[in-house]
This record gives sequence, structure tokens and C-alpha cells, in this order.
Amino acid sequence: MTQASVLKNLDEVRAMIKRHKLNDYIFAIVGLIALMIGLLTLLTLFIDLVMDGFERFSLEFLTNYPSRRAVNAGLLSAWVGSLLVMVVTFLSAVPMGVAAGIYLEEYAPKNWFSDLIEINVTNLAGVPSIVYGLLALGLFVYILDLGQSILTAGLTLGLLILPVVIVATREAIRGIPVAIREAAYAVGATKWQVVSQHVIHYSFGGILTGVIIGMARALGETAPVITIGALTFIAFLPPSPVTTEPPFLNFEWLSSGFTVLPIQMFNWLSRPDHAFHVNAAATGALIIVVTLLMNGTAIWLRYRIRKNIKW
Amino acid sequence: MATQVLQNPLELPISARLAKNLKRNFVERVIEFMLMLAALSAVATTLAIVFVLIYESFAFFEHVSIVAFLTDTQWTPLFEDAHYGIMPLVAGTLTTSIIALLVAVPIGTIGAIYLSEFASHKTREIVKPILELLVGVPTVVFGYFALLFVTPMLQKIFPGLPSFNMLGPGIVMGIMIIPYISSVAEDAMRAVPMSMREGSYAMGATRFQTAIRVVTPAATSGIVAAYILGISRAVGETMVVAIAAGQQPNLTFDPMESAATITAYIVQVAMGDLPHGSIGYQSIFAAGLVLMIMTLVFNILGHLTRKKFREAY
Repeated sequence: MTQASVLKNLDEVRAMIKRHKLNDYIFAIVGLIALMIGLLTLLTLFIDLVMDGFERFSLEFLTNYPSRRAVNAGLLSAWVGSLLVMVVTFLSAVPMGVAAGIYLEEYAPKNWFSDLIEINVTNLAGVPSIVYGLLALGLFVYILDLGQSILTAGLTLGLLILPVVIVATREAIRGIPVAIREAAYAVGATKWQVVSQHVIHYSFGGILTGVIIGMARALGETAPVITIGALTFIAFLPPSPVTTEPPFLNFEWLSSGFTVLPIQMFNWLSRPDHAFHVNAAATGALIIVVTLLMNGTAIWLRYRIRKNIKW
Repeated sequence: MATQVLQNPLELPISARLAKNLKRNFVERVIEFMLMLAALSAVATTLAIVFVLIYESFAFFEHVSIVAFLTDTQWTPLFEDAHYGIMPLVAGTLTTSIIALLVAVPIGTIGAIYLSEFASHKTREIVKPILELLVGVPTVVFGYFALLFVTPMLQKIFPGLPSFNMLGPGIVMGIMIIPYISSVAEDAMRAVPMSMREGSYAMGATRFQTAIRVVTPAATSGIVAAYILGISRAVGETMVVAIAAGQQPNLTFDPMESAATITAYIVQVAMGDLPHGSIGYQSIFAAGLVLMIMTLVFNILGHLTRKKFREAY
């Protein structure tokens, strides 16, 4: 081979390497753009909502009942309803989910029975939310006769976020080294003492993360709550849960009619009058801020736990 | 009292020691049983869903033959001249889902390859939480976005586009499931052993070549599982299509037209006040049963494919 042809060959190889390196570079940019689409959408969405709904940002918007006139309409019954529904959701999903997670991680024998439960949890996570609404409509509203109440909505959303809480609990527990448990057993603790005094204690942060994410999801869910027949025009508040006379607690609010933030937004959005769309935008901005804050807290919490705990 | 506490337990009569253990064991058993009941709630929920859907659908199919349900081309249960053909609703559901996939699959896959093979550790630490935040945005807000932002923008490109159409919500749904597809596909790619990449680099391959010709083929089943689970999400999505795709059942696959999906129909009926036990009330359970079967098939397929890639290495 002559020197010239070797050099020519080398040039070709160099050109090829250059070309491939360029491909690398191009793909890195394309990939970054693809990822940014998500972020940019979120930003556009938020800016769009804030700009459209800007004129409604005022205290009256939070203290007024819905109204036929868009300018006077407010979110009072919606945010109170959301808050009360979330209380029921929290009280039903968290104890149940954490207990189920503990059972599956700490107690369940490895057999078909545990497999069955596991498959069910995985499957439930993939069931469309509106199907939970149908379940609630058939079971809670009519068979158990709970009516179209705050209790029904809270239980429905509780079932919906149950898989989220279970999975988070299991993952948090799985991260705890066996040595912690063995140490407790070695000084004579029973299984429940090990679980309640050590396992729950150490997995608390992880469970909290899952609970916050679940609650944020429940807050934004619309379809199941519409399906059970929540009313969209509510100009009253449920009876107060706290009273001035003994026994100071009142449970009538559980069976009260209600509306929630996303349903109020959907209702305003489906009206042809543009003035109501402004209300919908303001509501949307509020929902986004609250859910992003909740999810952000959860993600930050998880990050901190990962960083701080070194077993 | 103090001496009693310090007393060596072995000096107690055997019966006393056993009695204490019995009580302790009993409490342990009760707690275990209660925890098991909590875990069984998952099974109970599944059973309840299946029971309610089938029970109400049975009542529905007493009035409507299954053949008509599957072959009739019109869905007008609330009209005087009632037709009960599920096809228009299924067509609407499939059309919006397919548009969503056309958006989410390319972008989600490229994003996953970038995250898994190109991004630095720091970039990944920043991008992944943002993707998670996007998953947490409530869908009703995305519905607003589809109706009042994306559709008006599309109308500038396609002047004849009606304000309710399947294209806008389809695209928005696609954007919604990008983070989901990205993260599942990325998990699959990260599960490919490092030695395979190192082998490829040792042969002189670039990152791009390694990603496309080594990592992606090795992670195929995981990536496909991500797509299938994405379809399942799109099929079950409710608020975006209920707000922006229209409420009129329409047997068409043309994305420029307005059409109701299965989920949008359920919402529409639930918003009105249908009496319990009427055929309209039962029809939403029949529609829900079809929806449940569709998502179940996709979910099972997805999990099977995903399991396969886990076993590969």
C-alpha cells in the first residue's frame, strides 16, 4: 500500500469519526429538546392559566359562593368541599394502605395468597379512575345507601389512592436493613413491637412521601367524583364539623351534598360564556399551585431521605 | 414492688410464664389478622368493581342484545329512537388514544434514551423530578389547556377545525403520557448490564450507536411495555376528552371531527340526573365494563412484557 492511499484512508476514517461524533451531538440536543417539551408545556400551561384568570385573583373569589354572574362567582363551597373530602380520604386510605403495606412486606408468607394480593394491588393502580366512580355509584351511593355525599366521595378517592399508599409503604419498608429488625428481636421484642417501634419509625418519611403524592392526586381527581353525582352548583356550606356545644364534634357534614374544586372548574369550563372561562382559569391556577406544592414537597422529602440516611 | 421486677423470671412457676406468652401471642395473632384484612381490601376492591360492573351490565343486557351492542353503528341510549351500539364510543376512544401515542411514543422514547444514555448524573437529578411533577398535574387542567389553548392554535393551522375535535385533546393526552413512557422505558434501559455498553464502546462505537444498536434492542420488551401501559392510560383518560373532544357519539376515525369517547359518555350521563335503574343508568355500567376490559387487556399485556425483560438478565 502506498503512503498516499494510507493517508487517504486515514482521512476517510477521520471523516467517519467526525460524522459519528456529530450524530452524537445532534442526538444529545434532540433528546434534551424532547425532554424539555414536558417542562415547556407545564410552563405554558401555567402561564396561560395565570394570564387568563388574572382578573379573578382576589380574596372575594375564595369567599363567594358560585353565582349566575361570573364576576361575583367564587370558590367558597368548592374549596371547603375539597378540604372535607380530603379529610375522609386521608382517614380511610392512610391507615388501610399503611397496614396493607406492612402486612405484605413484614408478615405475608411467600405463597399464592400473597401473590394474589400483590397482583390485585398492581392491577388496581392501572384501573381508570372513572371506573372507581362507577364502583362508588353502584356500591356506596345505592347499595350501601350513603347518598351523593362527602363520605361517598372521600371513600371513593380513598380507594383510588390506596395502591399509591401501599406501594410507597412497601418501598419505604424494603429500604430498612434486616440488622435493625434482628437487633430488636435479639432483646426479646415481638414481631409487632419490631414493626410498630422500629419499622414504622424508620419508614415514616417514605410513607409520608407516598401519602402526600396520593392526596395531591385525590385533590385533582374529577371523573370519579362527577360519576357519583356530585352537584355542580352548591351555594351553601356543609354543617360545621366543630360545634361550640359539647360534644364539640358533629358528623352531619359527612352526609351533606358538596362540590369540589376540579368539578367547579369543569362546570365553569363547560359553559359557553367566556366570562366563566376566566373563573375556570383562576380555579385551574389555584389547583395547579396546590398540587405542585404538594408534589414538590413529596419529591423534596424523598430526595432528603435518600441523601441523609446512610445505613 | 421493685424486688418483684428484678426477680429472675426463671424463678416464676412455669404456668405463670406460659400464661404471659399466651396473651402476648394472642395479641400478635390479632394484629396480624387485622393487617391481613387491610391487605385483603385490595382484593375486595377488585371484586367489588367486577361485581358492580357485571351486575348492572346484566340488567342492561336484558334490554339490549349483545349482538346489537357490538354491531349497531349508533349510540343514542337517551333518545326516543334508542340505539345501543358501542362502536362509535370505542372509535372515539381509539382515535384519541392513537393520536396521543403518535405524540408520546417518539418523544417519550427519545427522552428515555437521552436520560438513560446521554444525560449527566446532574441533569438526570434535575429532569426526573420535573417529569414527576408533570405526572401530578390534574387532568381537568389539561382539559382547559386542550380546549382553550391547543385547539385555537390548531384552528390557525387547520381553519376548518371545529372547536370540539379529537386532534387537540389527543395531542394534550400525548403530552400527558410522555413522562410516564419516558420513565418506564428509562428503567428498562438502565436495567441493561453495563458490560454490554462497555463491549460496544470497546469496539469503537459512539454513544449514539451504542444507544440505538445495543441498549435499545436489549431493552425492547421493557420499552414496548411502556407503550402498552401508555395506551392503557390514554384509553382510560376522562377529563381531557370530556372537556375538549365533544359529547356527540360519532362513528369516525377522523381526528378533525368531534366525537365522544367511552369515558366522556359516562361523565355526560353522570352530570345529568338519571334515575337509578333506568336503561340510561345501566348503559354507563355497560360502557364502563367495555372500558375496564380494554384497559385490563393492555395492563396484562404490559406487565407480561415487562416481566419478560426482567428475567432476561
